Amino acid sequence: MSIARFWRETPRRYNLGGSKCGRCGTVYFPPRAVCPACPHHRETLAQMAPFQLGGEGTVFSYTVVHEAAEGFEMQVPYVVALVKTVEGPILTGQVVDVDPASVRIGLSVRATFRKLREEGKAGVIHYGYKFAPVEPGNGSALPPRRTERAVASAPTGADRTTA
Amino acid sequence: MDAGIVSYGVYVPRYRITPTEIGRVWGADGEGMGQSLNVLRKSVPAPDEDTITISTEALRVALVRGGIDPQQIGAIYVGSESHPYAVKPTATVVASAVGATPNLTAADFEFACKAGTAAVQTCLGLVGAGMVRYGVAIGTDTSQGAPGDALEYSASAGGAALVIGRERMLARVRRTLSYTTDTPDFWRREGQRYPSHGGRFTGEPAYFRHVTECARQMFEAEGTGPADYAHVVFHQPNGKFPQRVGKQLGFTDAQMRYGLVTPYIGNTYSGASLIGLANVLDHARPDERILVVGYGSGAGSDAFDLEVTDEIDRYDRSFGAPVQQYLDPGVEIPYAVYAKFRGKIHMGGS
Repeated sequence: MSIARFWRETPRRYNLGGSKCGRCGTVYFPPRAVCPACPHHRETLAQMAPFQLGGEGTVFSYTVVHEAAEGFEMQVPYVVALVKTVEGPILTGQVVDVDPASVRIGLSVRATFRKLREEGKAGVIHYGYKFAPVEPGNGSALPPRRTERAVASAPTGADRTTA
Repeated sequence: MDAGIVSYGVYVPRYRITPTEIGRVWGADGEGMGQSLNVLRKSVPAPDEDTITISTEALRVALVRGGIDPQQIGAIYVGSESHPYAVKPTATVVASAVGATPNLTAADFEFACKAGTAAVQTCLGLVGAGMVRYGVAIGTDTSQGAPGDALEYSASAGGAALVIGRERMLARVRRTLSYTTDTPDFWRREGQRYPSHGGRFTGEPAYFRHVTECARQMFEAEGTGPADYAHVVFHQPNGKFPQRVGKQLGFTDAQMRYGLVTPYIGNTYSGASLIGLANVLDHARPDERILVVGYGSGAGSDAFDLEVTDEIDRYDRSFGAPVQQYLDPGVEIPYAVYAKFRGKIHMGGS
């Protein structure tokens, strides 16, 4: 991935910066420039506000990866899940600090900040969100529960998801 | 001094390896090594964890607990000797990941194991002078010892973030002072993967001299003695040095109890004395005094005389893990997995 593209996506990868429709209240991640849920899309153009997700959700579905994507060889087997956030959007992300055999649909998770990939030994290191279980006794730290607040510079319009 | 700690957060990766397991691989008496170092186990970062991610997790906990608006942070300094980049600051990624950018100053500090306490001193200066409302000092490392080297039995990963301010202080800093000399006890040259050290030279002329001189300087400046402090935290490259220096200075095991964390997580370098302080703050009562004496090879010591305030009883620790959770046994891994996680296995290719 180009440096510029990843840099543009930093607000959403670092801080789950999405957008919220000022008319109907629907939250989008990645952020959208218009609200497809409202009958007159164009009229929502000026009403979409940056919105930061809190990072809490549950596993909606998941898979255990045994044939690693490039750069993930050291983490096999690892879990990639669809996470239904409390605000509504479903995010795709890795679930870390967990025994893959113990992951199940409905597992409570929170966003955590991890290294996503490196551009070789000399290139840029990309960081962003992954998820970790919040059940007590799993040995993992609890990632933060951030308060809902606007992200000042969240880009809008792009429509790519997650790591 | 009208500045102090207003919030704090700690993060330690979940994986652990024991000295016995390390010794098994190198044909050494790992159990004996662990006993002589007073290290039961050390933390190991996952392959996707580094100084940036650990610092971010620790600071996020501190900000939530303190109810601090990240846009009110005027400075972030990250002390470490394992910054992921040689050139490109750890602090900018951390600042962005907690929502503190762009109106702040940020930089990375390096002074072996005392870069974190040096960052605390800098923040105290900025806050005390009224230049910033909140300053953030972080000490984090994911340090490595060369395979088979004595350091491998203790070098671990973890970090702590302190938010320094003047409002609602949990602990006011009465005084900070330092003792610094040019002492080549431990170093890592540019481009070298593992550090080198002077073996026994790291003891008396380095750690013990600087820590004791700095502590005595504080006693003199504050008119205090060991009995005046409810808790004491020393830098802890292993579990043995801080216990010995504490006894030399006249402290009891009870005073050192909460500040000594290395036996359970290993030596987190820049994180070590700050994680020890965080554990003390998890247990501290109003009006107690705390002495912290950090140490960094090269060499220097930073001492802090802190006074716990009534705010400690109102501090909401419900978010994030208490330090004790990290001191409990984590997920134990064998040496082969440790070697894989730490990039010690040659994978071929370029």
